[in-house]
Amino acid sequence: MVAEMSTGVEFPQPESFSFDEESMKAIDTIVKRYPPGKQASAVIPLLYVVQRQMKRQTGSAWVPNKGMDAVAERLGMAPIRVYEVATFYFMFNMKPIGKFHLQVCGTTPCWLRGSDEVARACRDTAKVGGYGQTSEDGMFTMSEVECLGGCVNAPILQVDDDYYEDMDYESTVKLIEALRRGERPAPGSVIGRQTSAPEGGPLTLLDVPGE
Amino acid sequence: MAKVTVDGIEVEVPNGVSVLQACEAAGKEIPRFCYHERLSVAGNCRMCLVEVEKAPKPIASCAYPVADGMKVFTDSPMVRNGRRGVMEFLLINHPLDCPICDQGGECDLQDQAMAFGGDASRYREEKRAVKDKYLGPLVKTIMNRCIQCTRCVRFATEVAGVPELGATNRGENMEIGTYVEKALTTELSGNLIDICPVGALTSRPYAYVTRPWELRKTDSVDVLDATGTNIRVDARAGEVLRILPRTNDDVNEEWMADRGRFAFDGLKRRRLDRPWVRKNGKLHPASWAEAFTAIAAGIKGRKIGAVAGELVDAEAAVALRDLMAALGSNHLECRTDGAAIDASRRDFYTFNTGIAGIEEADALLIIGSNPRLDSPVINARIRKRVATGGIPVGFIGPRGLNLTYAQDWLGEGGAVLNALIGGQHRFNEVLRAAKRPMLILGRGALARPDGASVLAAAWQVAAQNGMLQPDWHGFNLLHHFGGQVAPLDLGFTTGIPADIGAVWLLGAEPVGVPDGAFVIFQGHHGEAGAARADVILPGAAYTEKDATWVNTEGRVQRGRLAVYPPGEAREDWKILRAASEVLGVRLPYDSLAGVRARLAEANPVLAGPGFEPHGCTDTAGPAGDAGGVSEAAFLPPVANYWQADPISRASATMAECARTYLPQAAE
Repeated sequence: MVAEMSTGVEFPQPESFSFDEESMKAIDTIVKRYPPGKQASAVIPLLYVVQRQMKRQTGSAWVPNKGMDAVAERLGMAPIRVYEVATFYFMFNMKPIGKFHLQVCGTTPCWLRGSDEVARACRDTAKVGGYGQTSEDGMFTMSEVECLGGCVNAPILQVDDDYYEDMDYESTVKLIEALRRGERPAPGSVIGRQTSAPEGGPLTLLDVPGE
Repeated sequence: MAKVTVDGIEVEVPNGVSVLQACEAAGKEIPRFCYHERLSVAGNCRMCLVEVEKAPKPIASCAYPVADGMKVFTDSPMVRNGRRGVMEFLLINHPLDCPICDQGGECDLQDQAMAFGGDASRYREEKRAVKDKYLGPLVKTIMNRCIQCTRCVRFATEVAGVPELGATNRGENMEIGTYVEKALTTELSGNLIDICPVGALTSRPYAYVTRPWELRKTDSVDVLDATGTNIRVDARAGEVLRILPRTNDDVNEEWMADRGRFAFDGLKRRRLDRPWVRKNGKLHPASWAEAFTAIAAGIKGRKIGAVAGELVDAEAAVALRDLMAALGSNHLECRTDGAAIDASRRDFYTFNTGIAGIEEADALLIIGSNPRLDSPVINARIRKRVATGGIPVGFIGPRGLNLTYAQDWLGEGGAVLNALIGGQHRFNEVLRAAKRPMLILGRGALARPDGASVLAAAWQVAAQNGMLQPDWHGFNLLHHFGGQVAPLDLGFTTGIPADIGAVWLLGAEPVGVPDGAFVIFQGHHGEAGAARADVILPGAAYTEKDATWVNTEGRVQRGRLAVYPPGEAREDWKILRAASEVLGVRLPYDSLAGVRARLAEANPVLAGPGFEPHGCTDTAGPAGDAGGVSEAAFLPPVANYWQADPISRASATMAECARTYLPQAAE
């Protein structure tokens, strides 16, 4: 089926979409969080469920039209209300993306700490032309995102759902090469920082009595 | 109540109204784009800025509630500056294509830019471009012009009840549309054109046709459904170019159904524009004199009867009745669809609750009608009541219809009606608990062999469930066309005997006309009636005569002549008056005033407003055996909404709608 989207580049949409067992389980948990009659509040978490299921099934995390229709039906909403939400948020990919989604934070703290270098490393190593594009081998898609809330460990590179922190050019190159080899390095600070504590270890409260 | 001072004028307004409404109460006009009286408040255009004393910034008056003692300024330097700024931003992405825009001359943005905008543009960068959307055969879109007021989104969701329009993407990339391309599935889509304050949504059939200031505007009444929608007919050079609704809160608010709005191009096609007489089995063009002579010869010595069609005005009907009486005949019929209507009392065949009365009802039972297709505007009123009041709606008819509001499907046929009479049905409880219950009986439900029983049974349900109170009348019959009630008021129910020798068809189908009968067809569109006719008399359509129309409520409204009938066609009562002369039974009126005086004499109700809210003190029901309802299912009476009458069947626009929405029905 050819996409009947009124905007954007045309690409094939799947002809059908139905939640698999894992998604159904997740949906039940999510929908229960909201009071009766307010199920429509679950639309954003459910769109994530669709996106993850697509990742599991096709290797590309995106939200097809039929997936949005499935969410609408599950929550008793008009499909257009789901389309509005899904297209509003950058977190939902409205077209197929690469196997890994490299999300470079370009907001001020990350940018001051060298997010341009991270982006350059992505372009060089992942062979992605620029933001919003996918590498020719279909492995990587690169996006610029707004603040990821990890400013203390800036700059941040989010790969799919994982944060890689304290990045620079070299560590980004290493990370992408590892991903290409099929490895999945542990998320978190790449310079060994403990959560968001100071680099190299604690600087205050060193003389806690009794320790 | 809150006391508010607007520009020094003190007004008292109810608590909770918006500052904008308070300003209007003080007679100050506030510019606006997104605000619309009949839609929810969005507050996103910011055009309605006013200054409020002690407020640090200008406020959007449409979304700001009044407070006691508030001092509002609608024309201070701060307000003028604010509005100029808003206007400048709105115009940043709005193309400067007014000369080729169909909204030009009646565009809110154009008018308000003149009144409140700056005198020159400071914007030198690129404007954004948005791809046009397809919304169906009636609404044309030029999305570059959209200022994203979201009125259309709110109309579709709230009034039309089809949440199919939305604003997708965000910021600079925000677009109004359906996202997945599809034609809007509503019979009220023309109203999107009216509520769009700019030229983004315009009429497709009216595209590039004319300019509003070139049109002659005539107030009239729509007859293509039984709502009695108040309309304005815009014509130029003897041609109807568009039809718009007028505001009447008692009838159509400010909405209009698509068939009434767009079917008018059928008035120019397949018209009968000269008399015809059948000679040797073939119809030949004739003069009026020849036609009348042929009639005089044809009906001589024959038993004559008359049938009024579904688009007949009261003047023509009374003239026809008088002509028949003068010829010694009392064989009159108007129920060509076979509906077993009992016209012995007016409340047996009208919408007694009134369209505005729907808003007071607290329970509704719909029997054998699809109000969405029978009368989209009345359906919107029901939807409004359901949406605001959450009233229960029981529905007897085909399963799975989308009426645009939640309904409790009780069953599809007479069995449910019988159970309701027994009082044992679960919906009886709902009706008994209600203080102002009402039922809507579709005219289509009476057009079946047990129609009289259905009518009697529905009345009995109304009587038994508290719908008939001294100050509340909850029994309603929903007709299909604007010309169906007036003939009932004039007693066109005596029937045509099977041995009739001559029949005068006034815009009616030749139903029940025996072979060999002499048939006179008088009307504006020739279909089966004209094909069967021995003499054809060309009549005037509803836009071409000064006429009285009675809607389903029984409301008497006047339509006015907007254009003259084509060719030799004439107003119908004049044709009958002229014919009476030749037939030697001259009717005693020569002017419209004369006919109307006769009309008032024939049935005084036709001289007055015709409808006023009323109760029911006499609960005796119509003739018919309430127990005789068969179990047969109620079928949807209007299979093809778009082509339901001779005018819309001749319309190219309606044909395209039918092709789009009813692919299986298209030829």
